Amino acid sequence: MDLDFTPEEEQFRLRARAWLAAHVPRAPLPSLETEEGFAAHRAWEGTLAADRWSVVSWPEEFGGQGADLVKWLLFEEEYYAAGAPGRVSQNGISLLAPTLFDHGTPEQRARVLPPMARGEVVWAQAWSEPEAGSDLASLRSTARRAPGGWRLSGQKTWSSRAAFADRAFGLFRSDPRAERPHHGLAYVMFPLDAPGVTIRPIGRLDGRPAFAEVFLDDVFVPDDDVIGAPGDGWRIAMSTTGDERGLALRSPGRFLATADRLVRLWHAHGDPSDTALRDRVADAVIGARAYQLFTWANASRSAAGEKLGAESSLNKVFWSEYDIAVHEAALDLLGADGELTDDGERLPPRPPDASSPDPTSPDRTSPDPTSPDPAPTDPAPWTEGYVFSLAGPIYAGTNEIQRDIIAERLLGLPKGRR
Amino acid sequence: MRFLLDDEQRAFARTLDGVLKAADTPAVARAWAAGDHAPGAAVWRRLAEAGVFTLAAPEEYEGAGQLPVDTAVAFVELGRHAVPGPLVETVAAAALLTRLAALGVPGPAKRLLPSLVTGEARATLALPGTGPYVLDADAASLVLAVDAGRVRLAPGHARVRASLDPARRLARPLPGGEVLAAGPAVEEAARCALRWAALTTAAQCLGVGCALLDRTVTYVRQRTQFGVPVGSFQAVKHRLAEVLVGLEFARPLVFGAAVSLGDEEAWGDVAAAKVCAAESAYRSARAALQLHGAIGYTSEYDISLWLLKARALRGAWGGTSQWRARAVPPPT
Repeated sequence: MDLDFTPEEEQFRLRARAWLAAHVPRAPLPSLETEEGFAAHRAWEGTLAADRWSVVSWPEEFGGQGADLVKWLLFEEEYYAAGAPGRVSQNGISLLAPTLFDHGTPEQRARVLPPMARGEVVWAQAWSEPEAGSDLASLRSTARRAPGGWRLSGQKTWSSRAAFADRAFGLFRSDPRAERPHHGLAYVMFPLDAPGVTIRPIGRLDGRPAFAEVFLDDVFVPDDDVIGAPGDGWRIAMSTTGDERGLALRSPGRFLATADRLVRLWHAHGDPSDTALRDRVADAVIGARAYQLFTWANASRSAAGEKLGAESSLNKVFWSEYDIAVHEAALDLLGADGELTDDGERLPPRPPDASSPDPTSPDRTSPDPTSPDPAPTDPAPWTEGYVFSLAGPIYAGTNEIQRDIIAERLLGLPKGRR
Repeated sequence: MRFLLDDEQRAFARTLDGVLKAADTPAVARAWAAGDHAPGAAVWRRLAEAGVFTLAAPEEYEGAGQLPVDTAVAFVELGRHAVPGPLVETVAAAALLTRLAALGVPGPAKRLLPSLVTGEARATLALPGTGPYVLDADAASLVLAVDAGRVRLAPGHARVRASLDPARRLARPLPGGEVLAAGPAVEEAARCALRWAALTTAAQCLGVGCALLDRTVTYVRQRTQFGVPVGSFQAVKHRLAEVLVGLEFARPLVFGAAVSLGDEEAWGDVAAAKVCAAESAYRSARAALQLHGAIGYTSEYDISLWLLKARALRGAWGGTSQWRARAVPPPT
């Protein structure tokens, strides 16, 4: 048992760190959930892609670096430690792409993946419906056979990124006579600007259109945009939702960076005699380390050929509750400023001629005043992060569903009434 | 990077599990609580034969080399089976003596370590800043106390007092006795011993928490109310799912702390392991008690052996707030 990285892995880490130090925007981008911010984040995907950093784990032919799981985790650590922007293409990269690698045709991979890697086509997730959230088996939207393809009708809702995205992927009932509700579903990709598609942005708690309703009225999609066999969508989707609950959506790097910022906030604002708050800061640090080591253990198991299953539900419950706790601690540390959602207190951006810190230095313990990472005392990232974190226990299968899965599949408790 | 137990370590855990199952450790713990140390001594010999006490000592003192990961593997099993006795203390004493020897004070290690490693001797230990008591002094052959910059072989102990875990008995070491070592090396050796004590306590907590969860899962599958197994109720399932989440995220912290234990600066990982394992074991105990209903609130039922140990271990070697303070650097 060890936690040492190979020289090659360390080289990869340093290469990522150097690239990020040279390219991460000096001032934070506008919020991803605004039209302006969406465009800025899309451009950032292009910058990442130009040097093959947008999809490091993909094969080279699709714009990646063929990085294995360990290297991907190292990249993510460096990415968030560098204060780099949120990923507008995350839905596509972490949910649709793994599905295409496992179930797509060569033609679909060649057509869909490279523009996704470059941020030219941003994908929205279209799973949920008004009567089907965590219970995807009760989906009602339909795909009807048409010459050369299918016609989609119905309504999707809570579609992440759909307010500004280009295309979407989701499940549609292709065989209404299937014997069981989760049979007879097709996994379909469709354009959000096609005739018959209407988008209605929905403001999340803070009013920003982080998701949308999608109305489909006889929207044509060609056969080429169905992934796998029509009717096999449930099985295909389940392999994707495992990714969503598990690693793909939340790498440890993100929480390590957040915990680090919280410690800096505590050092800047904290009252050393307030041991209750100090304990919550400690719990944030401990939780980030736990998540990191849990992930390393799973990466090791995966490298040893083990298939990870319902463990992704443990993961999802942990990170979603952790994310809220760490932001609550920050808001309490900020005191009255913890209510502010603007960035009036933000430190001035780094001047363009400022000398860069040595990107190869292994020492990351001291805060870097020239980092593009927002100052930890700036309330806006904490309040926006808090609002974002509140959705964690709801999406990707509610935590109630996850706890049922944990109890039934990992502890072997009997199924019962929900 | 391979953060995974190897086959040998897993086999070691299975071996200990088999030895301890066969030893009927609940009966051993009850005897120990009643002051009869003989069955505990028999288990101690079997653990020594399996090599448990060789793992904190180097080869020159009959040890297996210092192997914190294997030690953690062993202590998870000791916790799972509620083995009584000064187990953590003996291992921490071995670490203390080993560190002293490495710092140029080999006398005490030469004299005392081999008997600890073979299981002939049991040690109990008090370290600065973690409370005045030593555990199970009446069952230990060596009572070590570190205070005022010295390591003392105490001449005995004051009255043995009852712990809320009946299988743990506490006493103050008597003043005086032979000074084994003094000087700056003592402070560093004591810090090293405290890291070993915290690691092994954390591993023991993890085992205690897992045992409580296993037994509770078995119970709620069998116990019926309102015509169905209690374990089919969502409130019960969710409570146990939360317990599993806690334990499964404490586990990598325990083994992460073991990996980095040799590092003098490794307080963060040890602190994280101690806090997280103690808290998750305690939550497991609370859930176990609640879900066993009144039967769990009896001393006759075996689950009591783990229930109160979870509470006692939470405060042993410093409480969770003390360890949380070590997990983050203070503001300057």
